[in-house]
Amino acid sequence: MSKNRFSVVGQPLPKIDAWGKVTGETRYADDLALPRLAHGRLLRSAHAHARIACIDTSRARALPGVYAVITGADLPRVKFGILPVSQDEEALCTEKVRMVGDAIAAVAAVDEETAERACRLIEVEYEPLPALMSIQDSLAHPEIRIHEYGDGPNVHKNVALQFGDVEAAFARADLVREDVFHFEGNTHLPMEQHAAVAHWMADGKLTLWSSTQTPHYVHRLLAKILDVPAAHIRVVAAPVGGGFGGKLDPFAHEIAACKLSQLTGRPVKIACTREEVFYIHRGRHPVLMWIKTGFTKQGDITGCHLRTWLDGGAYGSYGVASTFYTGVINPVTYKMPVYKFEGARVFTNRPPCGPKRGHGTPQPRFALECQLDKAAEQLGLDPADMRRRIVAEPFTKTANHLTVTTIGLEECIDKVVEASGWRDKRPRYQAAAAAQTPKPLWQPRLRKGVGIACSAYMTGAGTAIYWNNMPHSGVVVRADRSGGVTILCGATDIGQGSDSILAYLVAEVLGIEPKDVHVHPADTSLTPVDLGSYSSRVTLMCGQAAIQAGERLKAAVFKAVAAKLGVDASALVARERKIGVADDWDKALTFAQAVELGEAMHGVLAFPGSYAPPKRAGKYKGGGVGPSPCYSYSACVVELTVDEDTGTVVLDDVWIAHDIGRALNPLLVEGQVEGSIYMGIGEALMEEQVFRKHLHKTPSMLDYKSPTTLETPEIHTYLVETDDPEGPFGAKEAGQGPLLPVIPAIANAIYQAVGVRIDEVPITPDKIVKGLELKRQGKPARIGPDKLPLFTFKEPLVVDSAFGQPAEAIAVRPFAEETPR
Amino acid sequence: MIRLPAFEYLKPRTVSDAVKFMSDRGPDAMLVAGGTDLYPNLKRRQFEPKALVGLRGIRELRGVRASGGGATIGSGTTLTQVATHPAVARRYPALATAAGLVSSPQLRNMGTLGGNVCVDTRCNYYNQTYDWRKAIGFCMKKDGDICLVAPGSSRCWAVSSSDTAPVLWALGATARLVGPGGERTLPVAALFRDDGIEYLAKRPDEILTEIALPPDDGWASVYLKLRRRGSFDFPVLGVAAAVRREGDIVREARIVLGAVASQPREATAAAAALVGQRLTSETITRVAELAAGPSKPLDNTDFTHPYRKKVTRVYVARALARLAGLDAGPSSYEAGA
Repeated sequence: MSKNRFSVVGQPLPKIDAWGKVTGETRYADDLALPRLAHGRLLRSAHAHARIACIDTSRARALPGVYAVITGADLPRVKFGILPVSQDEEALCTEKVRMVGDAIAAVAAVDEETAERACRLIEVEYEPLPALMSIQDSLAHPEIRIHEYGDGPNVHKNVALQFGDVEAAFARADLVREDVFHFEGNTHLPMEQHAAVAHWMADGKLTLWSSTQTPHYVHRLLAKILDVPAAHIRVVAAPVGGGFGGKLDPFAHEIAACKLSQLTGRPVKIACTREEVFYIHRGRHPVLMWIKTGFTKQGDITGCHLRTWLDGGAYGSYGVASTFYTGVINPVTYKMPVYKFEGARVFTNRPPCGPKRGHGTPQPRFALECQLDKAAEQLGLDPADMRRRIVAEPFTKTANHLTVTTIGLEECIDKVVEASGWRDKRPRYQAAAAAQTPKPLWQPRLRKGVGIACSAYMTGAGTAIYWNNMPHSGVVVRADRSGGVTILCGATDIGQGSDSILAYLVAEVLGIEPKDVHVHPADTSLTPVDLGSYSSRVTLMCGQAAIQAGERLKAAVFKAVAAKLGVDASALVARERKIGVADDWDKALTFAQAVELGEAMHGVLAFPGSYAPPKRAGKYKGGGVGPSPCYSYSACVVELTVDEDTGTVVLDDVWIAHDIGRALNPLLVEGQVEGSIYMGIGEALMEEQVFRKHLHKTPSMLDYKSPTTLETPEIHTYLVETDDPEGPFGAKEAGQGPLLPVIPAIANAIYQAVGVRIDEVPITPDKIVKGLELKRQGKPARIGPDKLPLFTFKEPLVVDSAFGQPAEAIAVRPFAEETPR
Repeated sequence: MIRLPAFEYLKPRTVSDAVKFMSDRGPDAMLVAGGTDLYPNLKRRQFEPKALVGLRGIRELRGVRASGGGATIGSGTTLTQVATHPAVARRYPALATAAGLVSSPQLRNMGTLGGNVCVDTRCNYYNQTYDWRKAIGFCMKKDGDICLVAPGSSRCWAVSSSDTAPVLWALGATARLVGPGGERTLPVAALFRDDGIEYLAKRPDEILTEIALPPDDGWASVYLKLRRRGSFDFPVLGVAAAVRREGDIVREARIVLGAVASQPREATAAAAALVGQRLTSETITRVAELAAGPSKPLDNTDFTHPYRKKVTRVYVARALARLAGLDAGPSSYEAGA
């Protein structure tokens, strides 16, 4: 496939919703105003762990302006959760609260002020229980149970998988390293705070508008939670002002708004405050990691054994998947013939963690890439060359039975090594770092360093969160007589540009302009199901469904045009809003005329497209997490300056090369890459969701430190195109993978600059200063965890390693037939 | 959304009307200028005034007047105006720097010099919503009676978080206060008290109307700010240094530290050690060690407090080096810009 085959694909076009976003026309959930709208507010727990003895809402009900007050007693007694295996949440807690911020009651009132006042009038009698605020606390106190289910006292999930004989692999190695790392939890911090408007109308049917990434899952779960037939519920995804994984669960404010609307007969809006968004969370898990890897003298990996302990917080959420993700993706990047993974997710009385950009993989990526750097140093190898040597083989299987298709990582490494001046800078900075000339206190000692890291990430999860044989993505393309085309798809654009991608792909297929394509927002009563905007699945899965639907429409229209022009349909082309024979273009019909002919021949022109990923999950328990149609790859070099006296790190430049398969719109891809880098920088250097006296220490945009544009360096992005057979026109993901390498690349660059290993993020100035003090005292210049929890992982499930087995690109892809049924 | 409480907003046109409103309303009223700090604090119920007396409509409070060797700056002058005024930048560069480092451009366009000088002290047990503070158990600064950062303490340890106050102190500025009993002028150094709650020597019904800066003859000044990010953040350490030299001999010196106590903290012993000296590398090192003495941060702001203590000497040394011309200029991150 050459680039000039395309007219829309590959063009740096603006997003179709760009005008609305920059002018403020876009109406987010909190912008919705309906007649007789009531405003809701949730009362949230002030205790991290307590039994609810009694709730008295009488004073709140009596407040003028209050329409309704509800508690858990007003809702069906049913627990729910996004994963079928973790049904442990209540919208409004009835018996127990498990964290500060758990919702207990909800109020609908004439305005937000009144609703807030009413919340303060609700009297809750608590019987406080000891709060368990860390993995160590929770494991040390099995007599205190946060939940009654799981794989042990306060252990949500305990997994162990082994592919091949790791001990033999270590015995074969020239160097075996064991390292311990910690990755602090952090949160998504979307610009838009969650908001929902519910309207339970007089006909007994419910509509919910919500800033959600997964209208389909919310639809399914609302039916269960509210005990209402799903057929009577409509969920509309409002434009989402940033998701990053934080809007993937059903939330208390959505459910409460629905119930309050039913009781009041009014539409009800609940918009979360910023502080509430910190409690809703479902963000990055704090993960403690132990990683043991064997290396040959040449830098080949003989085998790897990883243990992870995840602080899950108070609820399950996506945690079972998160636990697997800390283990299953690392083998996709490098040749890792033997692999063992043990992971445990522990409940604590903190806001529940879940999926955040990179879901479960930035933490073990940090561990692996820092360990590779240490191994390269010990082996006397250049860390870039070492990585390049061990890049996994395309179209093979990994030790843990994942099928890998195209891999552009070698080219990515070459690009960033070349562009960053790695070969020149690395020895130069190394020599400079060794110099220790005396200097006066006032003179800053600035040290430069370069660091490298690589990564891989899924392009869409290969399995749905509930078991089914239906499509993961559905699209209906409808042509109207004006020459316009409407796309109906249940995907939500969370800022990543998925609506635009749908418009580009269908415009490409039909030879029209993206502006001629109207993309309808996700609406469960109108749009075919798409599972949601997560796991970097939308461009690939909706894209393939949209191409299929577009091709079917095109075939129908071509048939009618062929009859009109008296030519064979195979001679027709669609471009420039016309359909005709290339050699006889003067006779070409406009697209609108062609649609009229098509409609006259076939009736209504509306065609479905469906996509489900190839079925190739590993045939072992747990094999469903990790498979993906294809994987993106990234390589990143960071150059930075460390001020030794203050520990301040200034990023000078980031070079990143990303194997995108094909850039459907390079501008959007670069935007996703830059956004990922920016988010990674925050995680590497400052962001931390930490607690003091059971409370979130910094639940505000001012105090939760996240970088600004001023902390964001020049980012040099290089796109590598590998034209993957699984992707729409060859495309792979861009929204998550590029976040992964920047964090270890920063840690590795800091080590190169000042000779201090900070084996935990965030890498804050005080840790660097402390590390330098240790170095001056001649002690090991390392800051990081050294203790591991006393914990017994379960007996591993032992499976043969599938490493190196050849893999077909597409095994079986359901719904892939070419013609409409 | 977190909402403002209800209050009455009074809009005087003159200082005397403002004073009258304040004395009429007594403790139920508060002054507001740019509102960039007060309004968010109201949302969190850190204050619950019945009335706000808005100073924005009072013309006489605005503007920079450079006269003779000195200058007067109306308290209602925005921080952007202070930061960009040519005479301020020329004569009092530390003040221009400090004003230009407050928060973000948008907030500097609203926030005023008077507001920044009088800005509420901060503490990460206190700058939280009502519900958060209730959950942890209220502190003595609002709604409670203990100090959460120093539980045995009988006083509040909230941190002075003004960028401009330590600079004005170091520059020897004076403040004009107008109250029901008339007006008075006092050194900026006497405007503050070492208490997180009663951090101003100004009475609540007095209005800070003007800052007067003495002639800059022979004085040079500099301000360095430590904060996490290049924008938004309050200082967690500020170093204001001013010296008057004859030839290259220091004749007078003031070093004032911001954000290490409940008021700006003058490092008098360090400054005294500068007098009669040249600003050499050795002097700077010695003085910086002395200056770090009064820096006694507690665990109630961003960064760890041992770290803030540790880097005080570095920041003081760098400030003095800049005055000595030993340093080409601030690298962007040291200045936080």
